[in-house]
Amino acid sequence: MREITYTEAAREGLDEEMARDSSVFVVGEGIGKRGGNFNTTLGLFDKYGPQRLRDTPIAERGFIGMCTGAAMTGTRPVVDFMFFDFILDATGEMINQIAKMQYMSSGRLKMPIVLRGCVGVGGSSATHHSGNYYSFYSHVPGWRVVLPTTPRDAKGLLKSAIRSDDPVLFLEHKLLLNTRGEVPDPDVDELIPFGKASVRREGTDVTAVAFGMMVNRTLEAAETLAQDGIRVEVIDPRSVAPLDMETILESLAKTGRMVIVDEDYGPAGMGAEIAALVADRAFDELDAPVRRVNGVHTPIPYSPPLEAAVVPNRDTIIGAIRDLVAE
Amino acid sequence: MATVSGRPDVDVDLTHEQLREMYELMLLARALDERMWLLNRAGQAPFAVSGQGHEGAQAGAGFALDPSKDWLVPYYRDLTLALRFGTSPRDVMLHMLARAADPNSGGRQMPGHYSSKAHRILSGSSPIATQIPHATGIAFAAKARGEDTVVITGFGDGATSEGDFHEAMNFASIYKLGVIFLCENNGYAISVPQKKQMAVERVADYAKGYDMPGVTVDGLDAVEVYAVAKEAVDRARRGEGPTLIEAIVRRLTPHSSDDDDRTYRSAEELEDMHSSGPLRVTRNRLMEIGALSDDWEQETKERIKTLVNDATEHAEQSPLPDPGTLADHVYAKDGSRM
Ligand SMILES: Cc1ncc(C[n+]2csc(CCOP(=O)(O)OP(=O)(O)O)c2C)c(N)n1
Repeated sequence: MREITYTEAAREGLDEEMARDSSVFVVGEGIGKRGGNFNTTLGLFDKYGPQRLRDTPIAERGFIGMCTGAAMTGTRPVVDFMFFDFILDATGEMINQIAKMQYMSSGRLKMPIVLRGCVGVGGSSATHHSGNYYSFYSHVPGWRVVLPTTPRDAKGLLKSAIRSDDPVLFLEHKLLLNTRGEVPDPDVDELIPFGKASVRREGTDVTAVAFGMMVNRTLEAAETLAQDGIRVEVIDPRSVAPLDMETILESLAKTGRMVIVDEDYGPAGMGAEIAALVADRAFDELDAPVRRVNGVHTPIPYSPPLEAAVVPNRDTIIGAIRDLVAE
Repeated sequence: MATVSGRPDVDVDLTHEQLREMYELMLLARALDERMWLLNRAGQAPFAVSGQGHEGAQAGAGFALDPSKDWLVPYYRDLTLALRFGTSPRDVMLHMLARAADPNSGGRQMPGHYSSKAHRILSGSSPIATQIPHATGIAFAAKARGEDTVVITGFGDGATSEGDFHEAMNFASIYKLGVIFLCENNGYAISVPQKKQMAVERVADYAKGYDMPGVTVDGLDAVEVYAVAKEAVDRARRGEGPTLIEAIVRRLTPHSSDDDDRTYRSAEELEDMHSSGPLRVTRNRLMEIGALSDDWEQETKERIKTLVNDATEHAEQSPLPDPGTLADHVYAKDGSRM
């Protein structure tokens, strides 16, 4: 299979969906001729023109509200927001309107809107270009929240997101954008469903559920631990809402030990949710307490040595898994 | 109510010495800015954002204010204003290189986020336009205390699309607050040109909707900006309320170190833009007035070079933040009053 980058794969998915369905359009700052801050729309302006690649003023609350209106009447807007931190101004729109509109209209109105952009810590992006927020939105009924980690998943999940009648947050960890991986040929119309985890590495000793960039860090840790005979199964949920607990519980039944690796904050986060569900549904499978490895509970600093200390790395993950195996 | 300032023979109440100081401030800002850009290109700093081309607007406005009691609520291009309010070249470089001793944030904020409690420079955020309501809030509190403090806030043309700008203008006008809204209009929000951001011809036209004076001024000419800003500051000081000043400037660099503006500005446009700038225009103005001499300029540039070198070396030798301090200041120390 050919290898392309995460961003190229997602762009190809967007391109295919725009070609397939003329009701799909993109709005965002600099997504026209410039091709997006992260090349998310590079080359598409020449193909689809300014009506379908609409450069906007800097008014996130405004254009998300505008696309909410457009989505309710049959178009499929894709909002390209750069960094999640920039759309926090639209939180009212996202929670009060987008998330509730299908419910409020008892299903008469659909909400086929995609909000896509970067999350995650890395590259000295500091307090306002590093936010994650996926666990936050998994708390809100009405949203689909996806977090692809491979180029193939980025493409297949974006295609599903654009065809979804539910609103979707499509979140791209910024350190994954230039990573490469195998993606089926352009003529393969591969749709990856929400709520289906991917087992990225098989193992029998410990189940590690990881999110976003932490999938890669955990795979590195698993590689090192394998040399000492510790076999880690690495699960990438790919979407946090819906969350595929079946795959997670199947793995736990095999290993009896679980760690959740998430650079997002611990309190009220994905790890807490998974640990609670495990306690509820598979308590007897546990040979040790469920452990969590999280980012430090602070805003994200700019300074490289401070930033490096804020998120889990290969070594902290290795340490946590060794401790878990010893319990 | 929007007016276009166009007073080539503008008569200002600054002495020749003060005019030289104003120009020197611009030269210093430019020299620091160029050094910051170099440090980024040399791999010593992950990020740089520049105020090159904005110095005239900021120097002119800055000299109309009183740094001993007024407040600055800057955005990321406001290096000249930050220097005017008392930030030192060493502070600038400690911030740029994100050292523990960075007086702004101890390395927590990105470069270009100037602040200093001692100098009444408010810490800004990266999300666009969020500083504008804060500036209004400072003026609100000052008025409540019976002070005649004036607050200046800087922002770009792009920032005027955010609700924050409009809401802050409305509040400032309703409550007659002493705020100078300084829009540094360089014609772009990263790659998006002004005509795609607003239907009005001039940012200053927005002032009408809030019943405050709105003035458009040539931001390359510090003297002219000074004249406009002085009027606005006097008005604010008398308790007569806010003014919106739109200074037309040039963004002489890409948006930031992460941008390549050749993807959206043509070669001709770039060449034309670089044909002039605030240093040249202001220099010509001071030469006409007779406030400048070549000797003074030569000597001043030498002095600035020494300052910039000293500041850079000082920051390079200063320690990085200790990861052990990572979680400091999430909450107030001994902040509990419960
Ligand atoms: C809320 C928000 N949206 C988007 C961005 C990304 N961004 C950073 S600077 C910028 C352009 C700002 O343009 P303008 O206000 O004209 O100021 P200039 O950079 O031209 O001086 C944008 C869109 C941001 N920082 N915050």
